[in-house]
Amino acid sequence: MPEPDITQLYTAKLSKWTLIIILLVVALFLSIVITLCIGTVNIPFTEVLDILFGGDGTGNNRTIIMQIRLPRVLMAGLVGAALALAGAAMQGLFKNPMASPYILGLSSGGAFGASLAIVLGVSFATGLFAVPAMAFVFCFLTLFIVYNISKVKGRTPVETLLLSGIAVGAFFSALVSFMKYLSGDQLSSIVFWMMGGLWRADWTQVLVIIPFIIAGSLMIFVLSRDLNTMMIGEDHAVNLGVNTQAVTKVVLVAASLMTAAAVSVSGIIGFVGLIVPHILRIFVGPDHRILLPTTLLVGAIFMIYMDTLARTIMAPEELPVGIITALLGAPFFLYLLRRRRRLTGW
Amino acid sequence: MRLVVKDICFAYNSVDVLSQVSFDVHQGQIVGIIGPNGSGKTTMLKCINRVLKPRVGTVLIDDKDLKTLSRKEIALEVGVVPQNNEIRFPFSVMDVVMMGRSPALQTFERESKEDMEIVEEAMRMTNVLKLADREIDQVSGGERQRVIIARALAQRPKILLLDEPTLHLDVNHQLEVLDLVRDLAKREDLTVIMVSHDLDLAARYCDRLIMLSKGEIKAAGEVDNVLTPDNLDEVFKIKAYVKFDEEIGTHRVNIISVSENGRDV
Repeated sequence: MPEPDITQLYTAKLSKWTLIIILLVVALFLSIVITLCIGTVNIPFTEVLDILFGGDGTGNNRTIIMQIRLPRVLMAGLVGAALALAGAAMQGLFKNPMASPYILGLSSGGAFGASLAIVLGVSFATGLFAVPAMAFVFCFLTLFIVYNISKVKGRTPVETLLLSGIAVGAFFSALVSFMKYLSGDQLSSIVFWMMGGLWRADWTQVLVIIPFIIAGSLMIFVLSRDLNTMMIGEDHAVNLGVNTQAVTKVVLVAASLMTAAAVSVSGIIGFVGLIVPHILRIFVGPDHRILLPTTLLVGAIFMIYMDTLARTIMAPEELPVGIITALLGAPFFLYLLRRRRRLTGW
Repeated sequence: MRLVVKDICFAYNSVDVLSQVSFDVHQGQIVGIIGPNGSGKTTMLKCINRVLKPRVGTVLIDDKDLKTLSRKEIALEVGVVPQNNEIRFPFSVMDVVMMGRSPALQTFERESKEDMEIVEEAMRMTNVLKLADREIDQVSGGERQRVIIARALAQRPKILLLDEPTLHLDVNHQLEVLDLVRDLAKREDLTVIMVSHDLDLAARYCDRLIMLSKGEIKAAGEVDNVLTPDNLDEVFKIKAYVKFDEEIGTHRVNIISVSENGRDV
């Protein structure tokens, strides 16, 4: 057997990664256009393309696309990308398949903050920013509590981190239930939001969450290589020059930023942060340099289709998209876990 | 290359683990650190590359104080093969070795052709090139150990630290890994410091030994000056005689019994 040429092998791998990312970007664009066609009125593909590139379309199709469907589709994509990427980063950091914004209690904390603003009108900010601001504040608060409780002698062992996350999450979940109880005539709106839905999407919401998602993603992408070595082992990472404590903090902050952004506009949507990274681990492997960008893109694509299903399946009624992601996601996840366990590494 | 360890003192929770440890190592030598459990061997190794920060004392490589270097800079001076090398994730062998280049790279910098060549060379030296495509969780314990050594070599270090490199390995793999280490020291003039549990293997492969007892150096120097019946009795609590084995050309520790003062009952 001839000896492999590492330069050739590695260069080929990098080119393959570039190709995968390009293909997924194209797939994302196509998914956006395809789902923009679908709705109460179906609009032809070519017309949607024309409208996107500045055309007027027929009738009030331009308004439907640009003012109603596009912000909704974009928000679905952003929420999916944020949740999936936050999940991938946390799973890598904790070397734990169950690590996700939920386990550390961030989603519950964020949801409590948001419901405070919705039900009692309590917020540090006013107007459109009232709900997201409170979600951000409580996501950070949760993170702060969890991180400090679990810190032992300047380090954060994974076990204590996860356990304190569960405890703090349970506490905030109880508070959210209490808010539901208090909400009276707003009950249905709170419940619907808690199940996870994107029906409130508009351009303002999209613009509010974009900066947080960009900041969070960049913070995580910067750490791709460090996360790889930390998956091999903390001591290995330190020996390779990684400041593991700093990486841990940055990943937690970034993940909570993205979770807060997603929760504040869409409530609690489960399984995206769990399933999408898992599927991609099977296809692209454990290397975060390819895992993270593909998770971001596939998370967006996945959510765009799920939300399209949510708004059309019982039209004109809406189904909370969180119900669909759980119903489709859980069995698929179990199937994958059973069948491809070895390849995912856990 | 010259490594100088001077007056290292280290304490975990105000319990002294190392006190006043000093020694120096010359290029191309294999130095073995031996001692019973809890004598401070692994702590010693971790103090050398400042994973643990000693309360007192300095580590100099070519007169450069490691205190003044960043973690990444230290990683370019010192390569480490840690004790626990169980890897559960399906990184390819090539990818694991490539991680050895990460201290030399900027955040979004792509590996250059030179990096890839360094990795190929490290893999050739350790004879893992043919495993390049295999997943690290699917190779044998001995192969995995050679991969981790390759990764440490890819850091292009001046010193290689090995923590119990033969732990959990079959006998043939133990010899295979240590033969490789000896080859690297000889051919590449690499300096190696190795913690070992196995006195015979330490005697066989090391040029010099440092015997630790309760955080202090009990003896240091040539193998036959360190592995004496008196030292073994005092530090390891065993009655033993040490003989030069003509056939394999090395000293061997022949254990007779547990020392009288070493019995627990």
